Amino acid sequence: MSHVVDSYYCRELPRSDNLTFMLYRLGGWVRPIAFIAFLLVAWQFAVSRGSTRLLPGPLETLGGIADLVRHGLLLKYITASLFRVTWGFVLAAVLAIPLGLFIGWHRRAEMAFNPLIQIFRPISPLAWIPIAILWFGVGDLSSVFLIFLSCFFPLLLTAINAVQRIPSVYVNAGRNFGLSEAGVVWRVLYPAVLPQLITGLRITLGVAWIVVVAAEMIAVNSGLGFLIVDARNAGNRYDLVVAGMAIIGMIGLLLDNGMRSLEQSKSLRWDYSEE
Amino acid sequence: MLAEAVTLETKLSARNVHMTFTRDGKSTPVLNDVNVDVAKGEFLCIVGPSGCGKSTLLSAIGGFLAPTGGEVRIDGETVRGPDPRRIFVFQERGLFPWLTVEGNIEFGLFKLPKAERLSRIAHYIKMVGLAGFEKAYPAELSGGMKQRLEVARALAVKPDMLLLDEPFGALDSITRLIMRGELLRIWREERNTVIFVTHDIDEAVQLADRVAVMSGRPANIQKIVKIDIAHPRDISSPRYLELRNGILEQLGLAHQI
Repeated sequence: MSHVVDSYYCRELPRSDNLTFMLYRLGGWVRPIAFIAFLLVAWQFAVSRGSTRLLPGPLETLGGIADLVRHGLLLKYITASLFRVTWGFVLAAVLAIPLGLFIGWHRRAEMAFNPLIQIFRPISPLAWIPIAILWFGVGDLSSVFLIFLSCFFPLLLTAINAVQRIPSVYVNAGRNFGLSEAGVVWRVLYPAVLPQLITGLRITLGVAWIVVVAAEMIAVNSGLGFLIVDARNAGNRYDLVVAGMAIIGMIGLLLDNGMRSLEQSKSLRWDYSEE
Repeated sequence: MLAEAVTLETKLSARNVHMTFTRDGKSTPVLNDVNVDVAKGEFLCIVGPSGCGKSTLLSAIGGFLAPTGGEVRIDGETVRGPDPRRIFVFQERGLFPWLTVEGNIEFGLFKLPKAERLSRIAHYIKMVGLAGFEKAYPAELSGGMKQRLEVARALAVKPDMLLLDEPFGALDSITRLIMRGELLRIWREERNTVIFVTHDIDEAVQLADRVAVMSGRPANIQKIVKIDIAHPRDISSPRYLELRNGILEQLGLAHQI
């Protein structure tokens, strides 16, 4: 009997001990870094030539970051923002995912919950700011609550959709082999939804990080969002404003890369479309 | 192997099976009084026009759908749900993509001790010719390999019956021919009762001890044709052509093209 070897095996890249592979990996970094460097130089050039002050230049921004480091604020603000995002995000994940899996699995639950979800979902987390202040006062708790809200509905919908997208053959096969209801949930449902959940978590973490700025605008006294508002209010320090923006962007990139590396795990890299 | 060699103990009997689907208040009768007996160790093929309800009948036999009338009995017991004693093999789509070849075969063996699980995995991987691919994921296998894996996963739980729903429908014609030979070889080794749904009349005449010919919807079984040719079957022999033409005639398709 002859085996048809799939083209998969021909697509495999050279291993990391191979020079070509190292260069390939390096090439992937060189280009974006060179392009960013080019943009920074162009930006600096434009700022130094212009007479109006629409934006501080990269050197000023760097000076702003150095200022923050000198006053011991950079790490403090990053930690404060990450702390709020982590709490809001983790709380949302812990509540939304099991609830979403339950709703997706039980058709009747979906019929009951769906209208409610569709009403709450389009309300921007920012619209909740007054309610957040009313319920939790001004401070950390309100910020965490807003981030929680921004994560909860997207994660809930991801979990519901993930369950409903499972082809019924998997569930039928699980039952056919004699699994109990709990067995089907644990050995079929859970592995089948995992890749989609992880993608959903990655996207939602990005959203949470975007919302942190707004969440910190309500009277907290630390964090990168606070930094941006405070720098403007306390004397138009636009170098600090842009410094805050740059740091938010870079941390967002790192968070996304971290979540992406989770997605690359081999047992998660399948998808229904691959079949 | 002739049908006579099969013991005549009845494994399955479908009695007056009716199935009516109701959707949006409209009811569609799909199966209309299906009656069939299958002997223990027999290889029965079910053929019929597409959409006639062959798969519905197989799902009822597998316990995935409850008939709206009549009953299916296996070993004298009424079928009330899926059971590991009768494994349904899907068109290579039922494999779990998150498990390796080994993991898929191991899936149904969770009640067995570790040593027994490992020996069954090794045995069935070898039987279906997937040695060397133990750690591969389904996405890395060809269509024929996936289909063999699904058969191996089914056989590993040692079911009395295999229910195959157009298992080779998605394969190219050469792979399909090879797979038919493989299935017959495995069936001779394992002696399960096999119910095999196909729309391919040649496939049915090549494989089956008997072929059940279904009518259009609402379907019943029009005729059961006994294929009295020994394996390996010569597909150009006069008897083969005669039986094949008989089935075509029964479906009203002979001399049409």
